[in-house]
Amino acid sequence: MRGTSTTAAAAETTLHRSRRQRRFWNRSGRLAVPYLLVVPVVVVIGLVLGYPLYWLARLSTQKYGLFELIQHHGTSVGFANYSSVLHDQIFWHTLLRTVIFTVANVALTMVLGLLIALLLVRVSTVVRLLLSSGLVLVWSMPVVVAVQIFYWMTNFQNGVVNYVLTELHIGNFDQHDWYATTFSQLSLVTVLIVWGAIPFVAITLFAGLAQVPHDLVEAAEVDGARPWAIFRDITLPVIRPILLILTSLSIIWDFGVFTQPYLLIGQAKITPGNYLMSIYLFEEGYFKTDFGRGAAISILMLLIVAVLSVVYVRRMVRIGTAQ
Amino acid sequence: MNRRRRNRRMRQLGWNVLGLAVFVVMVFPVYWMIATAFKTNDDIVSLTPSWIPLNPTLQHFRDAINKPFFWRDVVNSLIVVSVTVGISIVIAFMAAIALARYRFSLREVFVVLVIGIQMLPQAGLIIPLYVVLARYHQVNALSGLIITYMTFVLPFCVWTLRGFLIGIPKDLEEAAMVDGSTRLGVFMKILLPLMGPGLVATSVFAFITTWNEYIFARVLLNDQAKQTVTVWLSYFLGTSRNTDWGALMAASTLTAIPVVLFFIAVQRRIAFGLTAGAVRG
Repeated sequence: MRGTSTTAAAAETTLHRSRRQRRFWNRSGRLAVPYLLVVPVVVVIGLVLGYPLYWLARLSTQKYGLFELIQHHGTSVGFANYSSVLHDQIFWHTLLRTVIFTVANVALTMVLGLLIALLLVRVSTVVRLLLSSGLVLVWSMPVVVAVQIFYWMTNFQNGVVNYVLTELHIGNFDQHDWYATTFSQLSLVTVLIVWGAIPFVAITLFAGLAQVPHDLVEAAEVDGARPWAIFRDITLPVIRPILLILTSLSIIWDFGVFTQPYLLIGQAKITPGNYLMSIYLFEEGYFKTDFGRGAAISILMLLIVAVLSVVYVRRMVRIGTAQ
Repeated sequence: MNRRRRNRRMRQLGWNVLGLAVFVVMVFPVYWMIATAFKTNDDIVSLTPSWIPLNPTLQHFRDAINKPFFWRDVVNSLIVVSVTVGISIVIAFMAAIALARYRFSLREVFVVLVIGIQMLPQAGLIIPLYVVLARYHQVNALSGLIITYMTFVLPFCVWTLRGFLIGIPKDLEEAAMVDGSTRLGVFMKILLPLMGPGLVATSVFAFITTWNEYIFARVLLNDQAKQTVTVWLSYFLGTSRNTDWGALMAASTLTAIPVVLFFIAVQRRIAFGLTAGAVRG
């Protein structure tokens, strides 16, 4: 009786041990799986982004021009590049111009996008389908293509914009050159960017508006609430998170915008007087092959964008880790 | 009561007219591109624009595709895009599974990485990428552009695929596991078929982003025979004073067509990639 019980106990311990062992291996195997799954992505990003970022930091403290590029070797200059950039009036003017430009672009995009989203709720089904397909069409336009279209439409001689504005008696725009002043150039770029960004904002907000409780709005209407009050007290709280995310995304995108201003204004007409941040960096760093100074500008710009991204990234990370 | 209804009707009509007006303003540039592409040169430069191409011609399309390097650069674009997307989607899917189905200690770091990279301004990276790729002789080579694009496509794919994966209930996989399926079996029999549409949509969207990319292609490829079609289009005007507007618009139309078709096909599925969490709460 005793013996059997001992054997049974022994058998149980071996059984136990082997099960525990198996569980251990199973468990560590399972623990390793997610790491193995993310390794390829991390390796690619680390090599193609991490390594250049390390180089960026190094370059920013070096004199690194075309000669050094060929030699594969820069000479250290400490913080000379940074102090040169920070003492450069053009940098501060560009920063201020970019901030104003960003505020104008984001404000226009968000306000017009929201208005169109609200309009989509109110129109009949046919118009809604038509308008939303139109928005998707605009959304799908490649940026470089959109630039060429706007360039053609605003041509001083045969551009349709001058013709329409003159016909509508808004003024005499015959042969008007939209590329004559910095303000005019950047306004055109703004129109181009806002036109391209509205569909994303409008359609995303429209989707968010579907979550606004219908009965609540109707009840408020029956009670005689004004449209503005309904919007402020019922609609806005529902779409506020989406508005927040769209606004911070737009700020980040518009602050770093390059293709639209660079191509629409055209390289020949780009001067320090109409630089935006990305263009400043491109011209001073890449085009003039002063990579060390360009790296210092890049780092300053990345820092600014990092600060701007905090709201968005924090929110998305919360969503991504909450599950 | 009757008056109220009529009032309501009038208001509805007003909204509809406004909606149509917005439609016309938004879509006009796209229409104008297509219309110009089909017009004769006389119609294009006439002082009173003709709103519809009355004598449509295909001449501009012929001119555009016969421009030097057009086909070469289209092929370059296709190579860059398909290699980038092909590799990215596979390894991004793996990482997305890790994010959506497992808890691991570095998960949060990884999420920050994936989201943070998408926020980096591309202009801020041209200098280090140019210098590093030049060191390894990858400037003016499609391979250099491909690996550059991968860093930007990967985070987007991981994030979007994660969204699709979360939409698939775990119960299905658990039930299959209980029935004795292996992990691989579950993946092949359940996850992969259910993820089909999501994988296609994500690939197509990655295709579009890569096809449209301008700044890195402009910086990293100098040789005209090695450029992508986006850069080709941006150089179209050249320095000539008499611009061939018809050919420019025809070339623009041709560049946009694949993108527009693909985009319209998947827009509904992807639209919320960037804000998915926000919309779903």
